[in-house]
Amino acid sequence: MDGRRKLLIVIAALLAVLLITPHSGSYIIVLVTHALIFAILAMSLDILLGFTGLPSLGQAAYLGMGAYLTAILASKLQFGLDWTFWVVVVLGILIGVATAAFFGLFAVHAGGVYFLMITLALGMCVWGLAYRWNSLTGGDNGIVLPPRPSFGIQLADDVTFFYLVFAFFAVSLATMALLARSPFGRSLVGIRENELRMRILGYNTWLHKYIAFIIAGGFGGLAGVLWAHAHGLVSPEDVVLATSVDALLMVVLGGPGTLVGGAIGAGIVVFLREYLSTLVPWWQYVLGGVYVLTILYLPGGMMSIPERIRSRHARRIVIPAKAGI
Amino acid sequence: MLKRVGRISTWGWIAGVLALAGFMGSPPVNAAQELRIGFVAPITGPFSQVGKDMVNGFQMYLDEVGGSFAGAKVTFIVEDEEAKPPVAVRKVEKLIRQDKVHMFIGGLLASTGYAIAPVSTRLKTVYVASIPAADDLTQRDAAKYPLMVRTGWTSSQPSHPFGEWACQQGYKRIVAIGADFAFGHEVVGGFQKAFEDCGGRIIQKIWPPLGTIDFGPYIPTIKKDADAIFTLMAGPMSLQFPKQLAAAGIRKPVLGGGTSYDEFVLPSMGDEVIGHISALQYSAALDTPKNAAFVKKYRGKYGKVPSYYSESNYSTAQMIHEVMKKTKGKWPGAEQFVKMLSSIELETPRGPVRLDEMKNPVHNIYIRMVRKKKEHGYDKDELWNTVIKTYPNVGQFWKYKKEEFLKQPVYSRDYPPCKYCE
Amino acid sequence: MDTNFWVIQAFNGISYGALLFLLASGLSLIFGVMRIVNLAHGSFFLIGGYVALTVIWTTGSWVLALPAAALAVAVVGLLMERVFLRPLGFDPLRQVLLSVGFAYLFQQAALDIWGGDNFDIVPPAILKESAVIGGFYFPIYRIFMIGMALFVGLVLWLTMEKTRMGAMVRATVDDSEMARGVGINTSRVSMFIFALGAFLAGLGGVIGGAFLGVYPGLDFAILPIAFAVVIIGGMGSLTGAAVGSLLVGLADNFGKALFPEVSYFTLYAPMVLILALKPTGLFGRE
Repeated sequence: MDGRRKLLIVIAALLAVLLITPHSGSYIIVLVTHALIFAILAMSLDILLGFTGLPSLGQAAYLGMGAYLTAILASKLQFGLDWTFWVVVVLGILIGVATAAFFGLFAVHAGGVYFLMITLALGMCVWGLAYRWNSLTGGDNGIVLPPRPSFGIQLADDVTFFYLVFAFFAVSLATMALLARSPFGRSLVGIRENELRMRILGYNTWLHKYIAFIIAGGFGGLAGVLWAHAHGLVSPEDVVLATSVDALLMVVLGGPGTLVGGAIGAGIVVFLREYLSTLVPWWQYVLGGVYVLTILYLPGGMMSIPERIRSRHARRIVIPAKAGI
Repeated sequence: MLKRVGRISTWGWIAGVLALAGFMGSPPVNAAQELRIGFVAPITGPFSQVGKDMVNGFQMYLDEVGGSFAGAKVTFIVEDEEAKPPVAVRKVEKLIRQDKVHMFIGGLLASTGYAIAPVSTRLKTVYVASIPAADDLTQRDAAKYPLMVRTGWTSSQPSHPFGEWACQQGYKRIVAIGADFAFGHEVVGGFQKAFEDCGGRIIQKIWPPLGTIDFGPYIPTIKKDADAIFTLMAGPMSLQFPKQLAAAGIRKPVLGGGTSYDEFVLPSMGDEVIGHISALQYSAALDTPKNAAFVKKYRGKYGKVPSYYSESNYSTAQMIHEVMKKTKGKWPGAEQFVKMLSSIELETPRGPVRLDEMKNPVHNIYIRMVRKKKEHGYDKDELWNTVIKTYPNVGQFWKYKKEEFLKQPVYSRDYPPCKYCE
Repeated sequence: MDTNFWVIQAFNGISYGALLFLLASGLSLIFGVMRIVNLAHGSFFLIGGYVALTVIWTTGSWVLALPAAALAVAVVGLLMERVFLRPLGFDPLRQVLLSVGFAYLFQQAALDIWGGDNFDIVPPAILKESAVIGGFYFPIYRIFMIGMALFVGLVLWLTMEKTRMGAMVRATVDDSEMARGVGINTSRVSMFIFALGAFLAGLGGVIGGAFLGVYPGLDFAILPIAFAVVIIGGMGSLTGAAVGSLLVGLADNFGKALFPEVSYFTLYAPMVLILALKPTGLFGRE
């Protein structure tokens, strides 16, 4: 499938979500908003996992930093509830960047499963802080946020908030897509394919990985800001290992290295977790099963399905021709 | 050929999204004589036994009245909150937005209570807090939750008379060890205030994190010269702590918050807890005809003795029914319902219950001791929380004046301050 | 802080470390041989506890439960390795991701089979007592845990050092390509090690069940702690697992007793330190 067609399909799907959601049930709007925020996190992980080949099990840490920062500013300092919301957005991204810059010093020189372990450990540290630093984070009570900001538009209205989140998602997707197509993005893929070769060619692979790590952290922080306002509550439960694992699941399900795959994965996992779970008790089998099957038989994730159908079609065209010879 | 695949997948996407959205659209709301009640409890996770008790308590009353409150057919929807506040918030949102419930009930932990009470205000739906005991929900933060009514208790409510009772028994120096979360702080805090106001001293406070099951680090630090130990444990901690205390050879008298020995865990405990004393607004061993009937019926139906979690939700259902009787089965709207529920006075399995002006119950507090005996006509010796003293009509402020009480900060890790800590 | 405090805390820390050793040694070995971080390891621990409960409920024997549960988990591990992990070939990343999927499936299955309640594994009465030595109370169950860990550690060491299988394992850990080159059936070694790791985790679950309880969520609660041990001790090294467990057990105990505010920090800070200074852990090699 060539780039332009893919782009058209993505735009069509996005338009569909944008137009249909506000007219669905009130719960659907909330779910889709939640999925879009998670999608930003998943896509940021895709930059690390799909493009650079670094499997991070600690992305929830950046979400947590952004979310807690937003919550603390909103509830303790009453800051970020009007036009200052945009300042908080910038601060959220910055804190994600700063945390990643710090953590990256520990993590980036490692690779493969060591990287996985280190990011897991660092994620746990953030959780530990959130859980025990009672005076700042409220401990296991978490922090309840005041009503959503209003600056001309009322974010307390679910549909308005959905549009805002959608806008952030679209901008994030576009930014990351541009990044992926840039020389920097291509060198990341090169590092994933064969880091030694890239180094021989003269690339500073550590720096490239470090920058990718920081970028992912920044987007994680952004997702955190939106997350805090989406739920009105920030709690240590938001930054547990399971959240990072969920992000990983989303990328793998959707298709690593495709960016949009992360969004699709987010949609699937959120749907299963929040919707299917209320219908049937065995939803977790579906989640685990889909995941296992995807890993075994669909390494390219959901995004690779059209490719597979196409290549099967292609094979069918070729064979009769051969038989005729 | 390829173009067709592309177009098919595009339309496929759009059709899929449309179908999904249409399929998940909200159900039609039946306006006539129907009461939709949402219920959140931890059905899975370390507190699942408690969650089950909560649901069963409510369900038993519902079954007794044939599933309808004064003519209104009750649709009872239970969602699993996994004892995690963010999950509880999401489930409550689903109950309100998707299932269009008239009210939602439950939540277990204090942190969950603090998390879902704001949702009641934000989405203008009644919240009946049958279990979360966080003090401030009906104290310093009460104004934030106009649509919330508490039918359970506040954490410090039983602790106040208990602290006074302990002091009257002659205890002078007590070590407090409690689970390190809001509920733990408030139970211990209430005990400390009343105990010290009467002349006692809390000489040490230890706070193992919620979910601790290995008390190895904490037990050896308990001061050797204390008269007694006051403990507040919740969930799986309640089971492990007394065992490990006994294994460490500590033989001091043990006083505890009600959840340390509540019937959700008592059957699994061993002889190590005999003689331990606690305070709560309920005991399955309460020897009244109404409770005896309640216990026998619950045990017959669910195979275990009811805990306070069961009773609290049973009496909540009772109270809601009373309101519906007054409105002849019609839903009176959120504000009116809250007003009517707040003025209910009722005889429940735990005794007489009415609500104070902050929408929190005023009821009996029972001082109970764990004894191994036959109770309610059962023929086996079992562990029961035998009632040894009753304090009637205890409100959330005990003997303190409401205005003065509200001026002091909420009980926390550092409040009351540990003046006599050594 | 009198002598009683220090003695008892050290003892408690060592006994907790003993339990962690059972869990972490399997994780470490699996990584050493197969380069897989088995994220379903916590699930093995939990299933061990659950199976033990079933054995105790049906036969009344706790002694039987120990080997039965451990073997059952070993079988589960074996199946998982042969049917699912092997086909992926040498692709550690996907194998790790697969283990996550299994962790979720196991969690759901355990919930369906045993329900959501909290359970406690009750050991025989003798183990519930405390030994009083010099005025100190030492719960016998904790002594048992230490004894068990020492025994298992000894058996593992002997196997690795003195048997042919052990030699093959060591060869595969050092350099799996060379090992294949000299004719060692590395896939059989992998299978053996994965089953062994599962066996140890299951055994840990039975023993820990009296101490930590058995309940849904335990699997994901114990996993990060096991990771702390192998990160600190070093992947693929038995000595590392032993030292790491001891350090983590002591740090956790003393941390909680002396600095309760930052107790999780005292656990994860050494981990971060090691990651900064020697990422492969104290005894790991790369």
